[in-house]
Amino acid sequence: MNGALGSPMINWTLALPEIVLSVCGLLILLFGVLQKKDAPALACTVLALLAFLLTAVLVIAAPSGTGYRATFVNDGFARFMKILSLVGAAFALLMSLDYNVRQKVDRFEFPVLVLFSTVGTLVMASSGNLMTLYVGLELQSLAIYILCAFARDELTSAEAGLKYFVLGSLASGLLLYGVSLVYGFAGTMEYGGLRTALIGGGAVPAGLVIGIVFVFVGLAFKLSAAPFHMWTPDVYQGAPTSVTAFLAGAPKVAAFALLLRVMSGPFGHLTTQWQLLVELVAICTMVLGALAAIPQTNIKRLMAYSSIGHMGYAMIGLAVGTPEGVRGTLVYLATYLFMTVGVFSCILAMHRQGRPLDRIADLSGLSRTNPLLALAMAVFMFSMAGVPPLSGFFGKLLVFAAAVQSGLWTLAVVGIVTSVVGLYYYWRVVKVMYLDAPAPAFDRNTRTLSFVTGAMGLVTALFLLVLGPVVGAAQAAAAVLFR
Amino acid sequence: MITEIAFYLFAFVLVLSGVMVVSARNPVHSVLFLILGFFNAAGLFLIAGAEFLAMILVIVYVGAVAVLFLFVVMMLDVNFDQLREGLQRYAPVGLAVGVALLAELIFAVGGFHLVPIVTPTAAAPGAPVLGNTAALGQLIYTHYVLLFQLCGLVLLVAMIGAIVLTLRERPSARRQDVSLQHLRQPADTIQLMTLGLNASVDELGGFIRPRDGYGAVAAHGTNRAPEQHQTDHHHGT
Repeated sequence: MNGALGSPMINWTLALPEIVLSVCGLLILLFGVLQKKDAPALACTVLALLAFLLTAVLVIAAPSGTGYRATFVNDGFARFMKILSLVGAAFALLMSLDYNVRQKVDRFEFPVLVLFSTVGTLVMASSGNLMTLYVGLELQSLAIYILCAFARDELTSAEAGLKYFVLGSLASGLLLYGVSLVYGFAGTMEYGGLRTALIGGGAVPAGLVIGIVFVFVGLAFKLSAAPFHMWTPDVYQGAPTSVTAFLAGAPKVAAFALLLRVMSGPFGHLTTQWQLLVELVAICTMVLGALAAIPQTNIKRLMAYSSIGHMGYAMIGLAVGTPEGVRGTLVYLATYLFMTVGVFSCILAMHRQGRPLDRIADLSGLSRTNPLLALAMAVFMFSMAGVPPLSGFFGKLLVFAAAVQSGLWTLAVVGIVTSVVGLYYYWRVVKVMYLDAPAPAFDRNTRTLSFVTGAMGLVTALFLLVLGPVVGAAQAAAAVLFR
Repeated sequence: MITEIAFYLFAFVLVLSGVMVVSARNPVHSVLFLILGFFNAAGLFLIAGAEFLAMILVIVYVGAVAVLFLFVVMMLDVNFDQLREGLQRYAPVGLAVGVALLAELIFAVGGFHLVPIVTPTAAAPGAPVLGNTAALGQLIYTHYVLLFQLCGLVLLVAMIGAIVLTLRERPSARRQDVSLQHLRQPADTIQLMTLGLNASVDELGGFIRPRDGYGAVAAHGTNRAPEQHQTDHHHGT
């Protein structure tokens, strides 16, 4: 039986990284179940990290092409996104080690769930069909809902899990409704088929536009873009910090991968139809991220609003709708991932007498009690604000430049103004650390956390050195979408 | 002719049982009407020539889901009358939302058409000679095998989640400990007494109860403390 579109045969080796990672997940699960009952999760975590490493090698080696009747695509873009999400997940797992032991949520299911969530993000990056998109998204989100409620004896954690689950299901419903509308109007869910259908379609039916809007809204929810951000602060604050560190990194990158692929691939010819919407959402997100972060006193909530703002900046590249814009977004996401991992490694280090702290005031005088940690945190904060030699600056520069090139001045101006506002609240954290009277010192930092903080600090501070290769890779990845 | 009669019969009973599901006072009756509704929907599928869907509906929905519903309804003590209290009060709002939704549906259906030039892809599988069971099988297990397996992973994650979030080790739970059972001696549980005619066991101190780990939870048959048993035991022998 041959496919009507002449789509290639199964070609199963394309998904080898995903298959290997899933099988590793199953084996680790089995290993964990057979372990002694109160054995620590260390062994499973190490195995999961090894599985990530193996998968990363396979991702780099995997051939390009489409497989599984065009439900699965492997190309430069997918590879870029997959490596980013694997790196994010691996660092999150590494950071969770000591925190989970201290918080007594050290169970072997933690690495297993992170691993399956990562399988979901990999599938999302490779989606070639709206169904693949949905299944990947659901796999990734479901594991995160569970992880959010992982500290089940704490009210806030259970609340975070439930809230995220209910709102996430609503968003999935919206997404599916959009997908069904698109299917109804185009007769196919495959990206290639959609593209050909929409090029020759002539007048665009209203229902199709409604469908695209719903798909966009569903994905914007996962990104916590502005009108759909309500869940973010509560979930960030309530979930165990090790989970928040994961949730703020890899899944955001993967959701952006989906958004970029869907909007500039199959719906790329309808840019005029959705561009205004994306611009409005980007502006709302940037403004909200900047203003709502100002009154926050909890560092996890502050990071939630900060990540909302970052998603707004990254969305500028999508709104522009050119290869330059997408390149800017990809570089932005790469820098965002490393900064976020770094910041959360600092937040995870905030422990006093074995109890985790999350108020900004707890950081006061950190420069005297722990100068290195304070320095690293200051580097991350300034980088997030976009201060020049640090990594965050280059991401912002590239997206703003792309916006100016395409004549979207409003976006660039709003972006710059909100960056300045953002500088204020990032500066506040630095001020508390350097100028306020010192609070009692934190507990001695663990070695893994210090390692992650140091590594991310170096990447963030010396990003200039790797700027060329990263931009080159992003350029190649972006070019794939616009072929 | 006979098909039409069957259609109207199934459709009528389906709508009727649907109404009964939401209006029946007793939740158990609601679930039973739901099952009736499923059967009639299966009948409608059969008429439409989708025999596989019909069978699946009966097997999955009636066989598993509805029975599960029934269990939940019977085991949870939900006060459904209380849930239904606001019905009168909120009826206008619900009605307004319903009307708005209806208008939107009419609008959406009115503008519905397939893009003419698109070539049907995997949605219309294979040769028309295949029955719809074979066609579905081909779609799910061959074309979309990746998605099928991923759905399996989603279910696995859901299962892990259910266990992680709800399984608790309760100290009071009664579970089988094989090694303790093997360690049990006959002397711990069986007591032989020589009783004279008309004599009662109570006069000789009564029966002892199991007193080791096995019996720690399992035997609450007596109010006496274990030490007391011990003394009784010595006294008795």
